Amino acid sequence: MAARLAASRWRAPPAAAGPGPLLSCRRWSGARADAVYDVVVSGGGLVGAAMACALGYDIHFHDKKILLLEAGPKKVWEKLPETYSNRVSSISPGSATLLSSFGAWDHICNMRYRAFRRMQVWDACSEALIMFDKDNLDDMGYIVENDVIMRALTKQLEAASDRVTVLYRSKAVGYTWPYPFTMADSSPWVHITLGDGSTLQTKLLVGADGHNSGVRQAAGIQNISWNYDQSAVVATLHLSEATENNVAWQRFLPSGPIALLPLSDTLSSLVWSTSHEHAAELVSMDEEKFVDAINSAFWSDANHTDFIDSAGAMLQYAVAFLKPTKVSARQLPPSVARVDAKSRVLFPLGLGHAAEYVRPRLALIGDAAHRVHPLAGQGVNMGFGDVSSLVHHLSAAAFNGKDLGSMSHLTGYETDRQRHNTALLAATDLLKRLYSTSATPLVLLRTWGLQATNAVSPLKEQIMAFASK
Amino acid sequence: MWGGRPLSCGNRLLGVLGSRCRGARAQAARFTGRAEIQFNWTPQTKPWVFSDYRIMWFKSYRMTFACLSRMKIHRYPWTRLYSTSQTTVDSNEIKTFLALAHRWWDEQGVYAPLHSMNDLRVPFIRDNLLKTVAHHQPGKPLSGMKILDVGCGGGLLTEPLGRLGASVIGIDPVDENIKTAQHHKSFDPVLDKRIEYRVGSLEEIVQETAETFDAVVASEVVEHVIDLETFIQCCCEVLKPGGSLFITTINKTQLSYALGIVFAEQIAGIVPKGTHTWEKFISPEKLESILESNGLSVQTVTGMLYNPLSGYWNWSENTSLNYAAHAVKSKAQEHPVPAEFVFKGETEELRDKDSTDSTNPGVQEELKK
Repeated sequence: MAARLAASRWRAPPAAAGPGPLLSCRRWSGARADAVYDVVVSGGGLVGAAMACALGYDIHFHDKKILLLEAGPKKVWEKLPETYSNRVSSISPGSATLLSSFGAWDHICNMRYRAFRRMQVWDACSEALIMFDKDNLDDMGYIVENDVIMRALTKQLEAASDRVTVLYRSKAVGYTWPYPFTMADSSPWVHITLGDGSTLQTKLLVGADGHNSGVRQAAGIQNISWNYDQSAVVATLHLSEATENNVAWQRFLPSGPIALLPLSDTLSSLVWSTSHEHAAELVSMDEEKFVDAINSAFWSDANHTDFIDSAGAMLQYAVAFLKPTKVSARQLPPSVARVDAKSRVLFPLGLGHAAEYVRPRLALIGDAAHRVHPLAGQGVNMGFGDVSSLVHHLSAAAFNGKDLGSMSHLTGYETDRQRHNTALLAATDLLKRLYSTSATPLVLLRTWGLQATNAVSPLKEQIMAFASK
Repeated sequence: MWGGRPLSCGNRLLGVLGSRCRGARAQAARFTGRAEIQFNWTPQTKPWVFSDYRIMWFKSYRMTFACLSRMKIHRYPWTRLYSTSQTTVDSNEIKTFLALAHRWWDEQGVYAPLHSMNDLRVPFIRDNLLKTVAHHQPGKPLSGMKILDVGCGGGLLTEPLGRLGASVIGIDPVDENIKTAQHHKSFDPVLDKRIEYRVGSLEEIVQETAETFDAVVASEVVEHVIDLETFIQCCCEVLKPGGSLFITTINKTQLSYALGIVFAEQIAGIVPKGTHTWEKFISPEKLESILESNGLSVQTVTGMLYNPLSGYWNWSENTSLNYAAHAVKSKAQEHPVPAEFVFKGETEELRDKDSTDSTNPGVQEELKK
């Protein structure tokens, strides 16, 4: 048990306390003044802020003290900027439910978001495609700018300020983990040292500080990670003409997937994952060339080969014979006219998964626990799913009067989420590798696989259900 | 303790057996002195280790001391409640718990089953208490309630109740337990204010705390007391009218001997050896009769089952192992029927519930198994 805890330990001076049990508090003369928080969330990004919000609005946490630590400054926002931000997220219905459970979704609705009803995913090397939609054309998901989500969360945090305290410009520089119970004279709480030297104590530390998590490193939790040989380029694009724009498009090129996500009738967001060199080129090339590159990426059939085409057609006939009703013809995404100036940015991609999500008095959520390729649009949704699950377990524990840092319910959260996240991470990584090649056998495999999956509606529904959680 | 005193004849015999039987060492100490405190003496060793010779000796000693105890009780029945020298606390039990006083808060240690039992007993207490109030504060559902936790040990059940907002007083006869409990809660400023720990037995505080508690919790305690009648009487006295008594304990059946003593203590080590003595287990029927005869109306009796593989407890229809009981003190000031002192409870007949319950308020939900 001792081996599981982190390296940095607090060397307490030898016990001066004899029989008097309260004397043990005296040693921590600074600690006496420290408030003991029930939950401290380290990291005020989308997932961390959502965690703090969800706890603040949870009925069983009305008596508890919650703290959110954010290293950056508080973003003051007068009104909604006219230009769209280039960082957007695809929010699944499950995440939307979480956000509405503490009132943030209403703020988002009052600002702006875009619902999409269909998703077309197709291959550059063949005619195979898969079309996702809900039977009654319900909203499959929502494209929301990250800034808008952050603004909504901040508003709700301000409204809950009697339960949740937010410290901006506070970066935690050190963590001290509690000894196992046998070291009777030491404090059982987690101690956090902030950049300005002040210390806090907490019964449960939630690490939500991104894929380079300081909390995870301080706890010594193993992280399986590798960098992809791809970077993602994001940009805000203006379409040639206004359309209904409620379809999300994604095409798998051999260099990486390119996705067009609807923002409004005339605007869409681009996420293009490609090799590092090509990404750098794309960001630096002039606008016209960039727009041409995008259009040809979506429209060009240069990568088709006859062999694959005929093989694909064969399976298509078979499918049409067995299931003559639904015919999905390949549709083309809207053409792009121009790109917003200064909206082109690139960032590197990688995969990461923490071996353990929880330790005594510690839980990891969001990118600190798992980092995924954007091709499935699941990164922040997995984080919100973590928030959902952890809040559910903590709420039940609080209603049972349990010690919030106790492993008994934290392992319940870990089991829940590791099952879901591991599957999704593995699937995403597999898809990325499968589609990163133009070698014929693999192209054939994925062509037939995609066509078969498209034909089997129950399978598609299962996939959608899994991704909407 | 046993080394320093001259060994009597009986001790020497036990000394012979002592090398094989772990429990016998403690028993040797019991024979010396301590005559002013009643005790039960039961064999705690593996039954199949006995030879006929040893069985004879054990039986004879057991009968002797059983006789002595019985005689003593009949001589001074009125001193039970008010004399501190006669108490419901069993000194042998104290010794068992003393040895483990520092291990209370290790959630994966010897007390792990008690930690996981909180998943059943805290909701049991909380939900039954919430039924008695019209509305409660979110986050602090039990705030405003005063609870007494008898035999609180290291505070395993006291702390969750404190976290739910109640003001709790925890008492335990073992000084070390109270020290551990006190130390553990001292780090949490909220609990520090809500919980108070005291060393002592229930009889000692009956006078000063009569009719002050909304609830009394005696979880895993009644199988360790000597005189259950007195214990229940004291519980009743400290309860407000309409207050609740919560008891969790072990049934006295063949199954509880086989699983609770032989398997749990001696084979699997789930419970530390020597913690329980089967003679002190009590059946739900007997417990109910004692409760009813003291003016406490039994609301619920439900079985609990421990799964040693998963480490979790579950509610069960079957009360033949562990069970939980909830009784409510009657609101009207009726004179409790004087309790007959019962030494052997197995032949106790159940009282007719209908005749005594006419004045009790509220709906009775009795799940008798």
